[in-house]
Amino acid sequence: MAGNNPSPTEYIQHHLQNLTFGYHPENGWSMAHSAAEAQEMGFWALHLDTMGWSIAMGVLFIWLFRKAGKVATTGVPGTLQNIVEMIFEFVENTVHGAFHGRNPIIAPLALTLFVWIFLMNLLKLIPVDYVPEIFLRLGVDYMKMVPTTDPNATLGMAFGVFLLIIFYSLKVKGVGGFAKELSLTPFNHWSLIPFNLVLEIIGLLVKPLGLGLRLFGNMFAGEVIFILIALLPFWVMWTLNVPWAIFHILVISLQAFIFTVLSVVYLSQAHEHH
Amino acid sequence: MNINMTLIGQTIAFAIFVWFCIKFVWPPISNALHERQRKISDGLDAASRASRDLELAQERADATLRESKEQASQILEQANKRSSQMVEEAREQARAEGERIVASARAEIDQEVQRAKDELRAQVSHLAVSGAERVLEASVDEKAHRKLLDKLAAEL
Repeated sequence: MAGNNPSPTEYIQHHLQNLTFGYHPENGWSMAHSAAEAQEMGFWALHLDTMGWSIAMGVLFIWLFRKAGKVATTGVPGTLQNIVEMIFEFVENTVHGAFHGRNPIIAPLALTLFVWIFLMNLLKLIPVDYVPEIFLRLGVDYMKMVPTTDPNATLGMAFGVFLLIIFYSLKVKGVGGFAKELSLTPFNHWSLIPFNLVLEIIGLLVKPLGLGLRLFGNMFAGEVIFILIALLPFWVMWTLNVPWAIFHILVISLQAFIFTVLSVVYLSQAHEHH
Repeated sequence: MNINMTLIGQTIAFAIFVWFCIKFVWPPISNALHERQRKISDGLDAASRASRDLELAQERADATLRESKEQASQILEQANKRSSQMVEEAREQARAEGERIVASARAEIDQEVQRAKDELRAQVSHLAVSGAERVLEASVDEKAHRKLLDKLAAEL
């Protein structure tokens, strides 16, 4: 447990606070020592825990799959290669079903999204107190371990997908074609152009927002429940913790899958002429 | 829970991971998988081709067997025919030979008979002459009566 006998509110707040490094109006570039300080830093702050764990998971993904790719033989595959190939084929089939264009970037993108998000979500199954406690002993105040419970992480990925959507819309349809799509659908009449524009731009912006917030919402809610369960007496915890964790095995993979498939679908739409 | 630079940082990290995946992770796995798929499909193709070949070979073997059986029976039949023909020929030859032998024997017998007759005739004429001689008690000039005797012998 963090601190000396914290109240439940403090405990929850502590667990939901990111390790923040940023520009404080009074202290300059420094670590935030409280939630309020982190708040005051505004935009010019970095969640070191989110960045660290997400990059660690990304590197783990790259390392594992690179290793499997290096030893990949056309003969009888080993265990690691089998697992990697299963995931690979799953993603490839999904992309094949959802993406109706020709773009060599989409499939690796989907693979990265799926495995990365899955690994980041997977961190949630580590008991909520383990890692923060270890870091507390090492003198680090805050450690919110699961990157996908941080909207910055999920929206950051969604933003990346959004940039690709814009890029491919412009590339495939041209500036004029994209503008036409935004202004002349769903109502193909000049007098309704402003209405169409508002509708389509909202529709466009909702895509990354929905993508990021869906993942964040699911993961954050699950994390809060885990923290609440951790407030129970230790001898009764398992009755709720075990079913919730088992349920989250499903949620973790499902959310990774949803994020991936929706990204592919949005990118597919960006490639289509109307 | 604040939105801050982390968002940009995540986007950058995301871009880097995607780039790395496109560059170094996807191609080797994809190649290996597709290569294996190709190999397996080639193997299956080869197997089906081989089984088709086997079927064909079996068919061919059957046909050859049937043909050779037919040929054998044909040869057998021919041989039978030929042997019976040969027997027939041999029989014919034997018959002809027998006939010839019989004919020559008959001719010889005729000749013999003729010779015996001639001899007999000569002896008879001689006997007749000597008998007449004895009857006449005088020698008949053989030379003088030669003509008569020959005539007599011819009449016999």
